[in-house]
Amino acid sequence: MLKYTFKGVGGGNDFQWCFSQVKGAIDEDVAEADIISTVEFNYSGELLATGDKGGRVVIFQREQESKNRPHSRGEYNVYSTFQSHEPEFDYLKSLEIEEKINKIRWLPQQNAAHSLLSTNDKTIKLWKISERDKRAEGYNLKDEDGRLRDPFRITSLRVPVLMPMDLMVEASPRRIFANAHTYHINSISVNSDHETYLSADDLRINLWHLEITDRSFNIVDIKPANMEELTEVITAAECHPHQCNVFVYSSSKGTIRLCDMRAAALCDRQSKFFEEPEDPSSRSFFSEIISSISDVKFSHSGRYMMTRDYLSVKVWDLNMENRPVETYQVHEYLRSKLCSLYENDCIFDKFECCWNGSDSAIMTGSYNNFFRMFDRNTRRDITLEASRENSKPRAVLKPRKVSTGGKRKKDEISVDSLDFNKKILHTAWHPKENVIAVAATNNLYIFQDKIN
Amino acid sequence: MYSKGTKRKFSGSADTATDDKAMAASYSLQRQSLLDMSLIKLQLCHMLVEPNLCRSVLIANTVRQIQEEMTHDGSWQVVTEAFSSPSHGPSDRLVATEVLCRSPVLEQQGGGPKLYSVMGYNGCREEEVVTDKALCSVAVGDGAPALLLGTIGHCWDRAELRVAEVEAGVSEDSLSGSGDEEETRCREGTKLATGQVFGMFEIKNSPPGSDPALEELFSDVDASYYDLDTMLTGIQSTPKMGPYDLLDSLASSHGPTSNSTCRADLNELDHIMEIIVGS
Repeated sequence: MLKYTFKGVGGGNDFQWCFSQVKGAIDEDVAEADIISTVEFNYSGELLATGDKGGRVVIFQREQESKNRPHSRGEYNVYSTFQSHEPEFDYLKSLEIEEKINKIRWLPQQNAAHSLLSTNDKTIKLWKISERDKRAEGYNLKDEDGRLRDPFRITSLRVPVLMPMDLMVEASPRRIFANAHTYHINSISVNSDHETYLSADDLRINLWHLEITDRSFNIVDIKPANMEELTEVITAAECHPHQCNVFVYSSSKGTIRLCDMRAAALCDRQSKFFEEPEDPSSRSFFSEIISSISDVKFSHSGRYMMTRDYLSVKVWDLNMENRPVETYQVHEYLRSKLCSLYENDCIFDKFECCWNGSDSAIMTGSYNNFFRMFDRNTRRDITLEASRENSKPRAVLKPRKVSTGGKRKKDEISVDSLDFNKKILHTAWHPKENVIAVAATNNLYIFQDKIN
Repeated sequence: MYSKGTKRKFSGSADTATDDKAMAASYSLQRQSLLDMSLIKLQLCHMLVEPNLCRSVLIANTVRQIQEEMTHDGSWQVVTEAFSSPSHGPSDRLVATEVLCRSPVLEQQGGGPKLYSVMGYNGCREEEVVTDKALCSVAVGDGAPALLLGTIGHCWDRAELRVAEVEAGVSEDSLSGSGDEEETRCREGTKLATGQVFGMFEIKNSPPGSDPALEELFSDVDASYYDLDTMLTGIQSTPKMGPYDLLDSLASSHGPTSNSTCRADLNELDHIMEIIVGS
């Protein structure tokens, strides 16, 4: 297992984050369809995919580092754009099915082409993205314009020659996995066997084979016989990075269940059950809502997993079920505002979280276009902002601070001034380097570490 | 704006009794406000797209929690008892049903439930009341019987409900195809929302003395008329038995502390509607 060492993140002495690029319209008026709904690096970090509410996928590719500009690490440029999902209408239920891309997950690269899974609320699609940079010229049976030649006129034969052409990147849907989910799909996760993957909706989790689209196995079903008894839903699920028989799923009640597919066909009984006992002194009517887990991610090592609830991020050791080993407060100053946040529905926002390549740091988003990073070793944390103001090339990002007490220091922002419409729900960390992608509504920011 | 939640403190002064009463009053006000907000949220599911199940479940759980605590406190009895006299509707129906079951026709005829939902007004209380430290820390009693939300689950079974409605011929003008599809869908959605609420808030075991006339009235009510906006504003503008009457009846029977603040304020109601519609 390769170990990557970094100098230190999140406010370490000689570590700083710099602006690198921003993608997306500058317009104040944001078109709903342009709102980014998922961000994901591929296994090598060479490609960065985003999905939006309009059902489109945009893939960026990193430039090769050039000797001419040693100070700029490769920039990400658009590689391919395609419409993954279209809006649909469910005639039986008389309901629209949104085309919004909920998740994108890359498949490990097996040949020259790249593949990814993208999903909306109901249908998962496997897309193959391939390059074409040559075309054949000099056919015998047809002209250059494609008109068929009269075979009797052909007096000699030639071998067609491959000529270079402008790079064309084509995306084609290779598999469509449909009609397996009654409820809204919230997660997909590729298994370490590279042959199967799971998809989870509010009440069920299905296991698919990547080659087979007409059936899937239901491995978790928490739908009660009587829907009136429904009090808990599945919020996220993920396959273990190394053990292909293990997966976890989180719930709206703040619990995580680890299941072993070898134990039974239907994994309704978990192998492990992770839950932190509630602190009775902070109990309120909102306790359950803020404990609802919005994201769960295994560490690259597979030893830990991280969960995000409304106010905090928790790191769990898979061997300890009764409490997390680390808890990081993301925006504790919102605790006294829960009623307002309930009123405006912000309390239901689903923030994601991610690990860095070496599992030494974690990152998650907040409001006002702030995002937070926590260094697990030094216990330092930093708050940064994704904004156009800080978008000069290679500009160092200044740490931000929210003032919680009465006195507001200079450069601090008060809780009441936070813009709750500017939320950072989706972030991604390059698997090997200190490069991060942060989705701020319709803009994608890319930050890198400063090269000294 | 609001400081971190703190527990109620024992002041130890001569004004303790009044302080406690005031705090309890304030707390139950806020709790009621939260309950109303939650009920509105549950009803205003997006018509065209399937509602977010996780959000609905969390809101429903919150409503359950509040109801359990209110039952424990005894304040839930106040609400249900207020509806139990013969001139009023079935006692076990949740307050929200009363609002949505009403039609202007019924009002004019003087038939149907005469009470206005506590919700109609509590929704329009001044906004400061909603958030307070007291609300952010609460002790929920355990072992309280769950009276409420016998069929809140109907909210989830949107699909079945729609199909059932179609079969029952409720939506006669629905899937006609021609004409304005959008409008049809909206109307359908509205019907569904009210259908949901019917289902949602109906207690499973209807009381033996439930009013058959009432049932009959509801069976052929034209649900397409119902638009939450219309209903709420309808209440405000043409009260037969006004909101104040309900309060008076409450006051006379139990003297709960929430009376004085339950005054309808049209501006506040508009404000609430703006928030809801805007969100």
